[in-house]
Amino acid sequence: MRVLDTAGFALQSLRRAPARSSLMLLAMGIGVAAVMVLTALGEGARRYVTGEFASLGTNLVIVIPGRSETTGASPALFAGETPRDLTVADAAALTRSALVSKVAPIMVGSSAASYGSRTREVPVIGSTAEMLAVRRWRLAAGGFLPRGDWSRGATLCVIGEKIRRELFGAAPAIGQWLRIGDWRFRVVGVLASEGRSIGVDVQELVVIPVASAEALFNSQALFRVLVEARSREVMPRVTQFVLDTLRERHQGEEDVTVITQDAVLATFDRIFRALTMTLGGIAAISLAVAGILIMNVMLVSVSQRTAEIGLLKALGADRRQIIALFLVEAVLLSILGAVVGLLVGAAGSWGIGRIYPALDVVTPGWAIAAAAAVAMATGLVFGILPARRAAQLDPIRALAG
Amino acid sequence: MIELQQISRVFQVGDEEVHALEGVNLTIGAGEYLSLMGPSGSGKSTLLNILGLLDRPSGGCYVLDGRDTTTLDEHEQAVVRGRKVGFVFQSFHLVPRLTAHENVELPMLLAGIAAAERRERTGAALAAMGLADRARHRPDQLSGGQRQRIAIARATIMRPAVLLADEPTGNLDSASGADVIAVLEKLSLEGLTLIVVTHDMQVGQRASRRLQMVDGRIVSDTSAEQR
Repeated sequence: MRVLDTAGFALQSLRRAPARSSLMLLAMGIGVAAVMVLTALGEGARRYVTGEFASLGTNLVIVIPGRSETTGASPALFAGETPRDLTVADAAALTRSALVSKVAPIMVGSSAASYGSRTREVPVIGSTAEMLAVRRWRLAAGGFLPRGDWSRGATLCVIGEKIRRELFGAAPAIGQWLRIGDWRFRVVGVLASEGRSIGVDVQELVVIPVASAEALFNSQALFRVLVEARSREVMPRVTQFVLDTLRERHQGEEDVTVITQDAVLATFDRIFRALTMTLGGIAAISLAVAGILIMNVMLVSVSQRTAEIGLLKALGADRRQIIALFLVEAVLLSILGAVVGLLVGAAGSWGIGRIYPALDVVTPGWAIAAAAAVAMATGLVFGILPARRAAQLDPIRALAG
Repeated sequence: MIELQQISRVFQVGDEEVHALEGVNLTIGAGEYLSLMGPSGSGKSTLLNILGLLDRPSGGCYVLDGRDTTTLDEHEQAVVRGRKVGFVFQSFHLVPRLTAHENVELPMLLAGIAAAERRERTGAALAAMGLADRARHRPDQLSGGQRQRIAIARATIMRPAVLLADEPTGNLDSASGADVIAVLEKLSLEGLTLIVVTHDMQVGQRASRRLQMVDGRIVSDTSAEQR
C-alpha cells in the first residue's frame, strides 16, 4: 500500500467522523496551546528580568566590601564587620585604568528629610556624577550632581519623583532647600519615575554627593563601588585590575568581593529558564492526557470498525497494513491537533502580550518544536495499542460482526 | 487448481473439542462452478474460510495454484488472499463511510496500485455491473441488489482465480437475488472459479457441481454435466 494512499484512507476515516475527530483535535490543541502559552509566559518573565539587568549595563563590575570566602553568610550582610572599609579613595584609585570608563562609589543610609512642615524617612545614596550614566537613570527635571572633586561635599541633592510629590506637592522643588538630618541640601534635579533599577525604587531616593554622605552618616564605608568597563571583552581584565588595585591598597589582603553584572544576569537567566521549563513540563501533562484520550477514542473506533477491519483482511491487508492505517490515523490527528494548538497558542500569546505590554511574550522556538514533537510522539505511542488490537482481530469473527 | 487433502479443523469450545471439519478431501479445477450446501453447523462456512485463507486448518494440506498454503506466513497469506481470492458475503460488508467507487477501489489501494489505474479499473468494473451512475453513492443510498453487485465488483477487481460467495442471496429478495446469481454465473462463464455456499436449494441446484456437507464431512459430490 502506498504511503499517500494510507494517509488518504486515514484522513478520510477522520473526515467522515467529524464529531470524534474534532473532539480529539480540541484535546490535542489545548495541550499544545497550553505548552505554548505557559512557556511564552515564562520566557516573557525571563526576558523582562534579564532586560532589567541589561538596562543597568552588562559590562558592570560590582565591588562589595568583604570577602565571600570568609564566612558562610552573604558578604553584604557583614559589610560593616570587615576589618577594612571600602573607601572613596579606593574607588578613586579604580579610575586609573584605560580599561575602565566610569566609576561610581555608592554609600547608602537612611535619614529623615523635611521640607517646611512635611517630614519623612528617606533612603539616601551618596554618590558622584558618574552614577547617572552607570545606572542609566534619567532626569525628569533639573540636573544631576556636578562633576568634580569627589572629596568635596557640595550641599546639593537630586530627589526621586515620589519624594518630590510627597514633600513639595504642587510647589516647585528645584532650587528649594531640603533638610536631611542636620544638613540642608539644595534640590538641583528630579529623577524620572520610569528609570528602572533592580532593588531600588528610583522614585523614593535622595541622592547627595558622596563626600556629603560621609559627613552626614559619619562613616567612610562605601556600600558598593560600580565600575563600568570599556567593553564586555575586557571584563575579566577589569575584574583582575580591581582585585589587584584593592589588594595593594589594603596591605595585601583581598577583602572585597567582585561580581560582574554578567554573572548576576546569567544566574537570573538560568533561574527563569528553569521556571519556563517547569511551566512547559506542567503543560506537557495536558499533552499526555490528550494522548490518552486519543488512545481511548481510537480503541472505541477499533471496536466500532471490527467489520471493516475483518473486511480489509479478507481483501488482502496484512497485519502491518492494518497497524499502519490506525497508527497513521492517530498521528494525523495529533499533527492536526498540534497545528490547531499552535494557532490557538500563538493567538493566546499575542493576547497576553496585549494585556501585559511589559512582558515580551514570545514562545521560544524550542518550546514550539518540543510541543509539536511531543504531540506527534503521543499520537504514535498511544496509537500503538489500538492499532495492534485492530491488527490482531480474527477476521472471521470480525466479519461475523 | 484447488486441492484439499485430509483437511480438518478443530475448535476448542470450553473443555470440548468441536470437529468442524474432518478429513475433507476435495479437488477443484479451474473455472468450475460449485455449490456447497448443508445444514447449519455442517462446516461449510469453515471450509469456505479455509479456502479463502481466512482460517488455517488444524491438519491436512491445502494446495492453491500449486503452492502449499499451509506453510505460508501471515504476510504471504494476506497477499494470496488479496490477489487470488475474492469474497462475497451475505451482508455485503461494504465500508459504510466509503462511496461505491471507493469500496470497489479498496483492494487495489491495499495492493498499492497507482491512482490512475485504480480509477480506470474501478470505472470499468462499475460500468460492467450497470452501476456507473451510482459511483458517488454511499452504501446506505443503494438497494440490497446494488450493494451486492458493488461487493462482487470489489471481489473481482483484482482478477482473482477463485470467487467465494457465502450466501450471496441470503439478504436479498428473489428478484435481486436472481440478478446477483446471473452476475456470478456470467463471471463463471468467463472462466472464474466460483464456489457458492447456500441454504437455498434453487440457488444450489444451478451449480454444475454440488457438494453436500453434514457434520464436517462431504457426503455427496454430484456433477451435473448435463445442465
